[in-house]
Amino acid sequence: MTFELSHFNAALLFAVCASIVFGITQRNSPRDMVRYGAYCFALFVGGVILAAWVMWAIKH
Amino acid sequence: MANPQNTATMQRPAKAAPQTGSMPTIAPIAAWLLPGLGHIIQRRWIRGLLLMVAICGMFFAGLGMQGKVYAPNTGDLLDILGFVGDLCTGLLYFAARIMDWGIGNIHRAVADYGTKYIVVAGLLNIIAIVDAYHIAIGKKQ
Repeated sequence: MTFELSHFNAALLFAVCASIVFGITQRNSPRDMVRYGAYCFALFVGGVILAAWVMWAIKH
Repeated sequence: MANPQNTATMQRPAKAAPQTGSMPTIAPIAAWLLPGLGHIIQRRWIRGLLLMVAICGMFFAGLGMQGKVYAPNTGDLLDILGFVGDLCTGLLYFAARIMDWGIGNIHRAVADYGTKYIVVAGLLNIIAIVDAYHIAIGKKQ
């Protein structure tokens, strides 16, 4: 079985899995876990989009 | 006027009761062997299942992308660290080695992502192991 993921989908999958682990392990209450997981996910995806635009700007 | 001693007591967060016995030893080992198991044996069912899904999902996604599973080696430093990272996935690593999964494919760019996925799955499992230990000693609820 092989996955055919685009670069962006691979980054999204990475962000989801890492955010779940960060959220559960870095906070104490379930509510804080969800918030921190969502925060990490937003930072991951935001970082990807920002890096993509920076690379686009460098190329052009 | 509020008694400062009572106020301090009220504001202090409730601490989990430390578990006695062998749990501080068993939980990290279980968490290493199978991601999330350290939480599950301490009755943190949802957290354990989520950790299991996230870490195992990342590991198998890496294999699906034809990522490489590092063998024990004494070569390049990055290869040694890759092996250490992979080893932290516990039984998943040994299963992959026994089944000859994770040979790698240098012709696909996504395969390199897969290699990183597998290593990061191991590194995330280290965080989960430490968390399971903290629950076992009562540092975390």
